[in-house]
Amino acid sequence: MADTFNTPSLFVRGKMLGPERAPLQTTGVVGWLRRNLFGSVTDAILTAFGIIILALLVPPIVEWLFVNAVWLGNDRSVCATLGQGGIQPDEWSGACWAYVGAYFKQFMFGTYPIDLRWRPTLVGILFVALLTPLLIPRVPHKGWNALALFAVFPIVAAVLLLGGVFGLEHVETASWGGLMVTLIISFVGIGVSLPLGILLALGRRSQMPVIKMLCIAFIELIRGVPLITVLFMASVMLPLFLPAGWTVDKLLRALVGVSIFASAYMAEVIRGGLQAVPKGQYEGADSLGLSYWQKMRLVVMPQAIKLVIPGIVNTFIGMFKDTSLVSIISMYDLLGNVRKSFSDPTWASPVTPMTGLVFAGFVFWLFCFGMSRYSSFVERRLDTGHKR
Amino acid sequence: MAMMQDKLAHSRAPAASPLYDPKVRGVFYQVLTIIGLVAFFYVIYSNTVDNLRRANISSGFGFLQGRAGFDLGQSLIEYSSDHSYLRALEVGFINTLLVAFVGIVLATVIGLIIGIGRLSSNWLIAKLCTVYVEIFRNIPPLLVIFFWYVGVINVLPQVRASIELPLDVFLNNRGVFFPKPIFGEGFLFVVLAFVVAVVLSVMHMRWVSARQMATGKRFPVLPVVLALVIILPLIAFVLEGRPLSFDVPTAGKFNLTGGGTIGPEFMSLLLALSFYTASFIAEIVRAGIRGVAHGQSEAAHALGVRPGLTTRLIVLPQALRIIIPPLTSQYLNLIKNSSLAVAIGYADLVAVGGTILNQTGHSIEIVAIWMVVYVTISLLTSLFMNWFNAKMALVER
Repeated sequence: MADTFNTPSLFVRGKMLGPERAPLQTTGVVGWLRRNLFGSVTDAILTAFGIIILALLVPPIVEWLFVNAVWLGNDRSVCATLGQGGIQPDEWSGACWAYVGAYFKQFMFGTYPIDLRWRPTLVGILFVALLTPLLIPRVPHKGWNALALFAVFPIVAAVLLLGGVFGLEHVETASWGGLMVTLIISFVGIGVSLPLGILLALGRRSQMPVIKMLCIAFIELIRGVPLITVLFMASVMLPLFLPAGWTVDKLLRALVGVSIFASAYMAEVIRGGLQAVPKGQYEGADSLGLSYWQKMRLVVMPQAIKLVIPGIVNTFIGMFKDTSLVSIISMYDLLGNVRKSFSDPTWASPVTPMTGLVFAGFVFWLFCFGMSRYSSFVERRLDTGHKR
Repeated sequence: MAMMQDKLAHSRAPAASPLYDPKVRGVFYQVLTIIGLVAFFYVIYSNTVDNLRRANISSGFGFLQGRAGFDLGQSLIEYSSDHSYLRALEVGFINTLLVAFVGIVLATVIGLIIGIGRLSSNWLIAKLCTVYVEIFRNIPPLLVIFFWYVGVINVLPQVRASIELPLDVFLNNRGVFFPKPIFGEGFLFVVLAFVVAVVLSVMHMRWVSARQMATGKRFPVLPVVLALVIILPLIAFVLEGRPLSFDVPTAGKFNLTGGGTIGPEFMSLLLALSFYTASFIAEIVRAGIRGVAHGQSEAAHALGVRPGLTTRLIVLPQALRIIIPPLTSQYLNLIKNSSLAVAIGYADLVAVGGTILNQTGHSIEIVAIWMVVYVTISLLTSLFMNWFNAKMALVER
């Protein structure tokens, strides 16, 4: 018996083993670093590369934008070096925010008369007050809200901005400018291009060959050329097309150009939505005896538009960016005003153009980024079908 | 009851008034549209003729033969202010094609890198690429062009303090000056040799894959192709007595003379267009790669295919199908956006046309030329991309 006890068994380990090394940490800061930055040799090299890029780019940019920047001042001397006739030491370079501060009102309103600037401000407040509830899904009465924004508001805004009635002083559109014009062109652009785009998209899918060909020709011609040529066309050819003696306001020319351009793109987006609505929906509407317009208005369009809301917002973002092109046909929108200010001798210095462009870029970025965020929010909200 | 149904079935439907026949209505609406359109164009036409007569401008394209009288900053073909307007437009057209082509190549490369970078498991790289996309996607391209233009001009030194790079390349605020190659007479043979090498390489690749299909054995491709493409032209080059020399830029008192130049306008336009478009291409690439079902790469791994080959043979071909259509529209956008050159004075088609328009007042003809050229370029590009797409598309059996 004792013998069996002493014979070492093949299956049972007789000696205690040393402790295993602790597993690699996968939680906490160290684990996160290991997982996300130093997972392998390549990963570590990439991380080092990224850190080098950050180190090369971020400090000079922060220094230029904030540390070396000039925040207060009355003329160019604060933003120019001694050699350029200013007060800054040689080799200095930084943003000249004092210039943006001095020009801020002009960047917003252009040369709109100073004592009348409460009018565009009021229009802006009205716009925000009407738009915000429309964008928040939970707020009720969307129909009335949209009616107020797209039917009543434009009239009120036109009266307030143009004046000439109700004892309001008339203001020429030639003195409009800045962010105000950028927003007006964008608003009118979407207001015109959405219904026009719907009509064009319906026309392109129409059974009637003449209407179909016309819509295809219009859409493809406009989509095939750059916006600048359309704007040039609106600005130099529109006066030729009208009877002698008629003049078209410069702002109106830009509005016509941008609206025509945007409606061709909008038509293609909406066509995508129309194609995505199942055939059964069309046939169902037909079998109920609805007329063509009833079918489109009550059955097809609500589904199609819902599908392409992200596409519509993207088109709108593109159009918002494209409004900057009107400065080429000498409409002074935000970018146009910023560029115009470069030649002002009071503030002209080597750093002002850069500062102005950074400011304009930031404003555009803010609007576009906000819109794209909202678009992806809507997309997530509407995308209920394929959630896992 | 049954009799009534019988009666109903046999009685003919009352003849509807032609007023309610969709076909008749369709014809009516179309005729109405045509009449409206003809009237519209007639009014426009008569107004235009009237206005042109009043402004004393002749119509027609005859004015294109007149002397241009303005200089252009950059031209790849011979041009001076004594050449005709038509020649100036040709220069502009070539400049548009040049910046569009180089821009497309550059934008694709940057977009591909950024798009793949956004999918990287490396947190830092993914975030950097996201920041890039979110910045450039949301700023108007025109602003980016000005930004580079002002930036490039500001940062680079004066001509006298040019930065000297290796290979006799100089960098200053008038652009990049580089040695311009001068091709001798026999250089055509070198080009021919290169073409022959490319054709041979393609044949070799076909033979290799045919052999692999038949025997399962693989023959090296890359070394053979490299050898062909490098050695054949080199032999021709040496045999023809090296028919290539360089016009090197030399620093004079006020300017660099000789050599080729890339102006700051071209550089800033190119950088702006490619950085802007790259941010969209990056998103397209990302969406394409993520659009390939995860099971595809898992199945490849299960079959024992190595990760590199999985990407090349399984994921990329399927991703390309998703990528190509939106990529086409980005290419078209880049071509159209190249017309923003007019803002900084790069002599592209629109800028040259705008100058001629201001000089002669022939707005209709110039706008017509623009439209025809851009629509043609757009159509050709989409035809090519559609062909490529059809080649890549899923072959359903």
